[in-house]
Amino acid sequence: MHLDHAHDTPTALSADAHRPDGTRRALRIGLGGPVGSGKTATVAALCRALRDELALAVVTNDIYTREDAEFLLREAVLPPERITAVETGACPHTAIRDDISANLEAVEDLEDAVGPLDLVLVESGGDNLTATFSKGLVDAQIFVIDVAGGDDIPRKGGPGVTTADLLVVNKTDLAPYVGSDLARMAADAKAQRAELPVVFQSLRSEAGVADVAAWVRAQLAAWTA
Amino acid sequence: MNVRTGAGVRSLARIVARDDGRGGTSLPVLESDGPLALRRTRATGSEARVMLVGAMSGPLGGDHFTVEGRVEEGARLSVGSAAATIALPGQAKGEARYDVRLDVADHGELHWLPEQLISAQGSDLYVTTRVELAPTARFVLREEQVLGRVGEEPGRLTSRLTVRVAGQAVLDQELACGPGAPGGWDGPAVLAGHRAVGQLVVVRPEFAAEPVAATVLGEGASVVPLAGPAALVTAVAPDALRLRRLLEEAFASLPRA
Amino acid sequence: MSRAALLVLADGRFPAGGHAHSGGAEAAVKAGRISGAASLGEFCRGRLHTAGLTAAGLSAAAALGIDPVALDRAADARTPSPALRVAARKLGRQLLRAARATWPSAELDALGREFPKGAHQPVVLGLAARAAGLGPVDAAYCAAYESVSGPTSATVRLLSLDPFDATRVLARLAPELDRVADRAVEAARKAVGEGVDALPAGSAPLLEIGAEVHAAWPVRLFAS
Repeated sequence: MHLDHAHDTPTALSADAHRPDGTRRALRIGLGGPVGSGKTATVAALCRALRDELALAVVTNDIYTREDAEFLLREAVLPPERITAVETGACPHTAIRDDISANLEAVEDLEDAVGPLDLVLVESGGDNLTATFSKGLVDAQIFVIDVAGGDDIPRKGGPGVTTADLLVVNKTDLAPYVGSDLARMAADAKAQRAELPVVFQSLRSEAGVADVAAWVRAQLAAWTA
Repeated sequence: MNVRTGAGVRSLARIVARDDGRGGTSLPVLESDGPLALRRTRATGSEARVMLVGAMSGPLGGDHFTVEGRVEEGARLSVGSAAATIALPGQAKGEARYDVRLDVADHGELHWLPEQLISAQGSDLYVTTRVELAPTARFVLREEQVLGRVGEEPGRLTSRLTVRVAGQAVLDQELACGPGAPGGWDGPAVLAGHRAVGQLVVVRPEFAAEPVAATVLGEGASVVPLAGPAALVTAVAPDALRLRRLLEEAFASLPRA
Repeated sequence: MSRAALLVLADGRFPAGGHAHSGGAEAAVKAGRISGAASLGEFCRGRLHTAGLTAAGLSAAAALGIDPVALDRAADARTPSPALRVAARKLGRQLLRAARATWPSAELDALGREFPKGAHQPVVLGLAARAAGLGPVDAAYCAAYESVSGPTSATVRLLSLDPFDATRVLARLAPELDRVADRAVEAARKAVGEGVDALPAGSAPLLEIGAEVHAAWPVRLFAS
């Protein structure tokens, strides 16, 4: 016995593309990857690249409370009301994969507070190579690794490297110093990911986050089409 | 009212405070019997003062004491006690009860500041304190419990404190400790070996718009805004003296009335 | 519906946000009050008979159909620490989301409209149990068990405690969980006629103080 039609169109339970008022919700893109690979720096660069053309906000998932959120606040990449931290109880992968309830609430609260939004970036806490985002939380995910973490990571694979919608190999400027073979990383990634795209980037170069930003724009175009 | 039965002593004390229309507070009712005795002491300004005198020791097993305090519209009353109350084991079987019922009307003010309640070894006391406050009433209550006299194991002590403002409960808490209390009362979640525990409830209408900020005083006390126009200090300490210091420090940290 | 729904609701993997909360264990570990399996056991025992009993009473009452708004106010009065009120509402909101997706019900929808930012978790738990076709006994067990399973799994992470020792802590509390659930249900049935004042109001001073100490830390692993 239902008193209303809420169940026929599940109201903002998880992956539903519409908000309770019927408007299309923001595209949600997750960024995951090992500790220190440059997730937060990539998020900061994306915010700077996209904030003038898109309404966007960020949810961070920290191991310790709020440190990534505070980095973004210090860098002033977005107004503070557009950045929210989710506390993860020492299990950042749980909060993005197994129990996404706190992240969904954070996304919805952002849309309520500063919406309507075009894009919400959900950054995972630095975790291991197996951490991926639930499809109930994000529409697409970026996995960020770096050349200093070892050039055998693409070969080793794992769910993040293999299945992420975009693989970013970060800090290419460091490759000569840490003895990483970029060509080999590209070949291994190709072997693991078939047609899924890979971006090699150095945020210190002039191009910076441009390739990733272009990919995000393409995702958004497909989402709103 | 002081009826001695096989089951113990029943005793009732009643106070009514009334605005006397001349800037002071009169006490049209000030009744007590047997173990409970009330004495009017020197008033300060518009506030009447009453002392609860321990004519006998506190409630023994089987005893049932009741104290009722009512502050009428615009009256101001402060009640203290001359000494700590000691709950002792009695000859009669069963728990002792101590019920306090307080009622403050609009623009009335009550300060209920008794000395400590000491739970002596072998005693078994159930205390209930029920407070009903009108929307503009002002109120301060201190409750301190000491588990055992010096070097002594405590008795069993259960205390329930309920405070309502305009009919709505803003605080409802029960603490049970001592032998026979549900397990874990002396463990790391509840008292962790502390032998004195106390609370200070402060209700002021202005807290509705400007609640106190939550703060902690070390690891042993917190000052918090309740869900209503009230603040609560909760404190634990090794002994009564240090508990009193913590409560006083916390009270001093509140905005001045 | 089936009794087995209780297993779904009580499962630690039920996606309702509990993993990010330590139930006061993080503060107690930092203060040195929990340092191993024995002190964890005593912590859990104390929490069970205070906050656990109170939560179980509220859940059983909600499962019996007592007005959730009155129960939510009763929960507020029984939760002096604002940090714990915030945590309880956060968890209540997350549980409501999970429960609505799992056991769609008009009552849960109405609760969501009444409390868009979340009702106290034990109240939501009772209504979730109702939506799952469960009764007040199930709701009380679920709340009582959560009051000890949360701090236990948090302590495994905080102290790298042997998980077998931790699980034994929970198993040894089983007879007391039975008693707490019984007391909670008895009080909840009384509250049907007498109102929410009849519900347990067990409190633990160090849980209350510790929650405020914890909320003031700049860096912590758990949300509460």
